[in-house]
Amino acid sequence: MTIAVNPTQSGEPLFYLADEHPHPEGYSTSLGFWIYLMSDCLIFAILFATFGVLGSNYAAGPAPKDLFDLSLVAVNTSMLLLSSITYGFAMLTMAQNRIGQTQMWLAITGLFGLAFIGIELTEFAHMIHEGATPQRSAFLSAFFTLVGTHGLHVSCGLIWLVTLMVQVWKFGLIEANRRRLMCLSMFWHFLDVVWIGVFTFVYLLGVLR
Amino acid sequence: MSPDLLKLIFGRLSIDSLPLHEPILVGTFAMVALGGITLLAGLTYFRLWGYLWREWFTSVDHKRIGIMYMILGIVMLLRGFADALMMRAQQALAFGGSEGFLPAHHYDQVFTAHGVIMIFFVAMPLVTGLMNFVVPLQIGARDVSFPFLNNFSFWMTVGGAVLVMASLFIGEFARTGWLAYPPLSNIGYSPDVGVDYYIWGLQVAGVGTTLSGINLICTIVKLRCPGMTMMKMPVFTWTSLCTNVLIVASFPVLTVVLALLTLDRYVGTNFFTNDFGGSPMMYVNLIWIWGHPEVYILVLPAFGIFSEVTSTFSGKRLFGYTSMVYATVVITILSYLVWLHHFFTMGSGASVNSFFGITTMIISIPTGAKMFNWLFTMYRGRIRFELPMLWTIAFMLTFVLGGMTGVLLAVPPADFVLHNSLFLIAHFHNVIIGGVVFGAFAGINYWFPKAFGFKLDPFWGKLSFWFWVTGFYLAFMPLYVLGLMGVTRRLRVFDDPSLQIWFIIAGIGAFLVFLGILSMLMQFAVSFLKREQLKDVTGDPWDARTLEWATSSPPPAYNFAFTPVVHDNDAWWDMKRRGYRRPLTGFKPIHMPSNTGTGIILAGFATAMGFGLIWYIWWLAAASFIAMLAVGIGHTFNYHRDFDIPADDVVRAEDARTQLLAGAK
Repeated sequence: MTIAVNPTQSGEPLFYLADEHPHPEGYSTSLGFWIYLMSDCLIFAILFATFGVLGSNYAAGPAPKDLFDLSLVAVNTSMLLLSSITYGFAMLTMAQNRIGQTQMWLAITGLFGLAFIGIELTEFAHMIHEGATPQRSAFLSAFFTLVGTHGLHVSCGLIWLVTLMVQVWKFGLIEANRRRLMCLSMFWHFLDVVWIGVFTFVYLLGVLR
Repeated sequence: MSPDLLKLIFGRLSIDSLPLHEPILVGTFAMVALGGITLLAGLTYFRLWGYLWREWFTSVDHKRIGIMYMILGIVMLLRGFADALMMRAQQALAFGGSEGFLPAHHYDQVFTAHGVIMIFFVAMPLVTGLMNFVVPLQIGARDVSFPFLNNFSFWMTVGGAVLVMASLFIGEFARTGWLAYPPLSNIGYSPDVGVDYYIWGLQVAGVGTTLSGINLICTIVKLRCPGMTMMKMPVFTWTSLCTNVLIVASFPVLTVVLALLTLDRYVGTNFFTNDFGGSPMMYVNLIWIWGHPEVYILVLPAFGIFSEVTSTFSGKRLFGYTSMVYATVVITILSYLVWLHHFFTMGSGASVNSFFGITTMIISIPTGAKMFNWLFTMYRGRIRFELPMLWTIAFMLTFVLGGMTGVLLAVPPADFVLHNSLFLIAHFHNVIIGGVVFGAFAGINYWFPKAFGFKLDPFWGKLSFWFWVTGFYLAFMPLYVLGLMGVTRRLRVFDDPSLQIWFIIAGIGAFLVFLGILSMLMQFAVSFLKREQLKDVTGDPWDARTLEWATSSPPPAYNFAFTPVVHDNDAWWDMKRRGYRRPLTGFKPIHMPSNTGTGIILAGFATAMGFGLIWYIWWLAAASFIAMLAVGIGHTFNYHRDFDIPADDVVRAEDARTQLLAGAK
């Protein structure tokens, strides 16, 4: 806001704007969305803290070494990382106004996301089948909740992604849709960052323990 | 019908869930039902439904949402206070072999509901309501950053309140104390719906609180009028900013900890259980990481109100503005470093306890600085003892007392003796009533003329003031004494007859507070009847200093016909002093957000979902969730959410004000 607030020419101070332009639509959106992301980050922080406190309470049940299949998790991680890259391509093509390509990259992002969720669910099903259920020990409660909350976020992101693809298809790359794609982009990369934390602290350090 | 089918349709809900065998509850229900039917019939008879829906329920105007928050807070105050009266009566009576009049399982619900309602559905709505109403006006904005979200947040808070109130007549409420510590709150010891009402009531309301926090931060950061730098913001706006930062940085913690408790109860996980590696103390730590910032969420805006009131009614610029701002920021940060003082007795060891004891004591330094600032503002001021100022002075005396007992409790060895005693109860009522409640009342009396265009009646206001203040001291000073004698909290019956006199005095105090609340309701009624006499035509009834007094009372939907430009901390005082002339021509159309029913519909589904989850009515929960998703996504397909108030309408509103002002002279 660089509006001159000095006294006007006649010497009388300026107390109001005679010629005012309303704030553009979505003026506060990116700040608001950032703050929302930070509050979401806090949710993950508490889940990480809970995992940190309870994560070695196996209650004579299975430990990370017995459960985690690191190569599967590596594949899964690459799915999510690739989806972040393809989302980046979607944003680049959006900047060039190439609507078809944007939609294509969004669709690819969605497929990677789906693959991630699919692999995660397979892993969960496998663990539960082996008796490593969320009820088995505090470690498993914390594990399923932390990883599951992340998965739930990715699933919400997928619903959001489909909604946005429909909206881009119906209304084109208008200003409002660009803003929305930008917000989803931030959300998607944020989930990527959280996953790096999960991969490191839950899986890698878990197997080392 | 087969029991399986009944279970599928109604979950755990059955005719036995209704408390038909409890005369107190049946009586209350009859009263509430009668009152409710009268209200609904009245609204229908006077054909007010359409008006309420169009102008209030679907309104995205921050002023109307603020007023609705205040109404919610005052209605819930009546419920929360009814619980308080019942507790005081029970404790005054249950001596010498008497069991009192409340059976144990009912009494336990009463003290839990009292705490939950007073914090989440009285103090929070009052504080949020005042921030919502005042902040955009003080910063010269037309509305908040996300007006639809504001409406949605309000209705989510209402949804939470509805769930908590429903527990009174359908099923029961938690019997765990207001923070629902496990393992007591876990499924093994609380298999009934009480804790589930608690969880879902708070989760639904919590979504609203978090979103409204984000909304107000954005509003303050992005929508200040030209010239209003951060260090020119009114102190109330500063404290609101800090409060909303605290909300956004603490409510997610509550969300998670309640979600984990939910998983323990519904799925059978082992976060807070005694076996399989769970840790109940993890819950206690996490909930206080939210809980301690929460008390500052409540009291910081109150500090802001007292700052505005003190400088207005002393006719002076606030003493030490900069130190006031820094004190607020320091309190904001420190509030995250003290949570463990709520459970020194956990056994975390001398070093940890010392750390948290010392940080707790340090908080009294910025708070003390504020106290001196208010005193120095009054010093050599021309003090007008209007109602807001009376509440402020009562606050200053009362809060200092509560603060000192707080510092006393911050000493871990002292806390080991006083933990969970009535001394603690006296302490936190001392600061919450003396700080937050008095602050809310100061704020209501101060800004009421701005909201409705007429002042509140001073006679009934003073009556209410004196009843409240004397009632407060009579009710809580005996509790300090009892606490020092070793009486613990939440007891239902007593053996030692020498204690009874103190409980009787406390009961009399509670009754005086009751008279104070009645006087306040009378004050509203009388003021409404005498509204012509009490009318505020100038828009500045107190000769005040900040921007909200620059516009008319009540302000037009668009707040300011022209966005103000600010040169000074006390912007409106500066404008008055330098001969500001209100513009009479050149009005333009004003861009404003449109009303929408989406917020109330979404919150309605969220409440229904909560109800379904509480009673294990899975189809209802699933259907409400899908409906919420559908309505939410449907709303995003509406790209036209604003409209222009035509210049003609602005001219008409401003001309009406010109005539009003001319008549006043």
